[in-house]
Amino acid sequence: MRIIKVAANTSSISSIGSANVNIHFVEDDLILTSMTITEKILARASAKDQVSPGDVVFANVDKAMMHDVSGPGAKVVLDEVAKEKGEIKIWDPSRVWMAEDHFVPCSDVQAAGNMQTMEKMAKDWGITRYYRFGKGQHGICHTLATEEALVLPGEVFAGGDSHTNTAGAMGLFAVGLGHTDLAYVLLNGKIWFRVPETILFKIDGPMPAHSMAKDLILKIIGEIGVDGANYKTMQFAGSTVMEMEMDERLTLTNMSTEAGAKNGIIEPDAKVFEHIETRTQEKYTPVYGDKDCKYLDTLNFDGSKLEPMVARPFSPENVCPVREASDIEIDRAYIGSCTGAKITDLREAARILKGNKVKVRTEVLPAAHSIYKKALDEGLLKIFVEAGALIGPSTCGACCGAHMGVLGKNEICVSTTNRNFPGRMGHRESQTYLASPKTVAASAITGRITDPRDLSG
Amino acid sequence: MKTNFRGRVHKYGDNVDTDVILPGKYLKEMDPQKLAQHALEGLDTEFVKKVKTGDFILAGKNFGCGSSREHAPIALRYSGIKAVLTPSFARIFYRNAIDGGHLIPIEIAVETYEQIADGDEIEIDLEKHIINNITQQKEYEIKAFPELILKILEAGNIFKYDQMK
Repeated sequence: MRIIKVAANTSSISSIGSANVNIHFVEDDLILTSMTITEKILARASAKDQVSPGDVVFANVDKAMMHDVSGPGAKVVLDEVAKEKGEIKIWDPSRVWMAEDHFVPCSDVQAAGNMQTMEKMAKDWGITRYYRFGKGQHGICHTLATEEALVLPGEVFAGGDSHTNTAGAMGLFAVGLGHTDLAYVLLNGKIWFRVPETILFKIDGPMPAHSMAKDLILKIIGEIGVDGANYKTMQFAGSTVMEMEMDERLTLTNMSTEAGAKNGIIEPDAKVFEHIETRTQEKYTPVYGDKDCKYLDTLNFDGSKLEPMVARPFSPENVCPVREASDIEIDRAYIGSCTGAKITDLREAARILKGNKVKVRTEVLPAAHSIYKKALDEGLLKIFVEAGALIGPSTCGACCGAHMGVLGKNEICVSTTNRNFPGRMGHRESQTYLASPKTVAASAITGRITDPRDLSG
Repeated sequence: MKTNFRGRVHKYGDNVDTDVILPGKYLKEMDPQKLAQHALEGLDTEFVKKVKTGDFILAGKNFGCGSSREHAPIALRYSGIKAVLTPSFARIFYRNAIDGGHLIPIEIAVETYEQIADGDEIEIDLEKHIINNITQQKEYEIKAFPELILKILEAGNIFKYDQMK
């Protein structure tokens, strides 16, 4: 047996010789160092038998996505490239899709112009999967990725938006990029990545009825901080996670971005396969980490003790139990975004709002047209309307301060969205409290931040 | 590639996010000069008035966290900022700065961040990996760039790096 490569399991070369050393053997022996799901996907995508954290690889991308902010940005970059190269062709239009989601319905003439740019890109580059506002299925790009099963287990998915991480709940390497990197992917079908270390979050125990995945991810971010997983993978496992419906798992991977993670990932199970089966015939190969694979760290949480949590302004790490913030009077309640307007989110909010009236201005924006229709069919929209709330279109809307209900100076909003930075949802002196759909619905009824357990009656 | 840069420092705290660097309402804009008019608007409304070409941002950990919007490094670049110095970058901002060729992202020790003051004049030497603080007459080390990052930086951006390979 011949040793062909020795690599440290950490990025530091000084650890060679320690217990962390991985020894890679010649292929005949088929003994390779064990890998996590993320490492395996990146190894496959870069045509290597083995990758280790710290390696820099050029990985082939299986799917790429852009929206009305990153798409026109990528076009500016590719127009520059075209000046030197002449006409350009994108690598594989069948692997690329586009969504109008940030500034739709077009907030002004400039936004309308960007949609026209998107229309031209789709036409010039032959991109047929183009989700247009008000034309059949449409909505927030990350929600469409999973709603339509546009991405599949084992794939590398590069998207021009930081919450691309969301799709990792289906067992793929889903990663957010800026528009230059996106343009590079569109042209070359590959991009460089530093192979990330993985932190395993193992959550076990039956989750209490008043809690949701949002409470769990807020608790985790509160503990590890907004850079707690910077450059790293957040992998979620344990009975609490695997008992969750896919919708709820998406909330975990979605907000891995708020801890700085390169990607969030969950190994796929029957729930994921069933979800895909009804949506696409496209073939895929699920990937799982080796049994003895190495994690940088394993953090255990007791899912059975999970309380409703809220992140105070102005950081997703300013987390406390909802009951500790129950003195905060609010002006607005917002149920929307890729984080908190999936069908499960709307069902849970409706369960609380049913038969009640909202005390503050409340908006509900289903994350995709298909979810809007489901909410209509299930009578959820009727519940929201009867409670006095406004139903909005499937758009990112005020989550990113774009339009559709942005906050004024000193206004306080409790929201199912993902960020509460200064000015995120509007005026720089407005305040956003991040919470679960249950907590937002309960707060809408009382007019102050309210633990769903504390609603009387 | 030029390796020496001299300018003044604008100092900020930890976790400067891309929403404060370039608020979401401006994301429809594609003109870099117009984006530059709103650079750091969510954090310091005076910034665009005081920044000069060749200046640096010095910030606490996790600079550029949040949204992937490349409009953020573009706004800083066209406002005149040459480099950002911080103990750590959020990953997408770092990629955007390098691959888009917008800014030089320089990692420094926490102590260096603490010692350099707002308004200090400094000179960065990328070859010697040092920062010379002209105002305080002190010298600090900067972290070396990983191999690929250095090559992309030298080429100008990721597309030019491809052409040079």
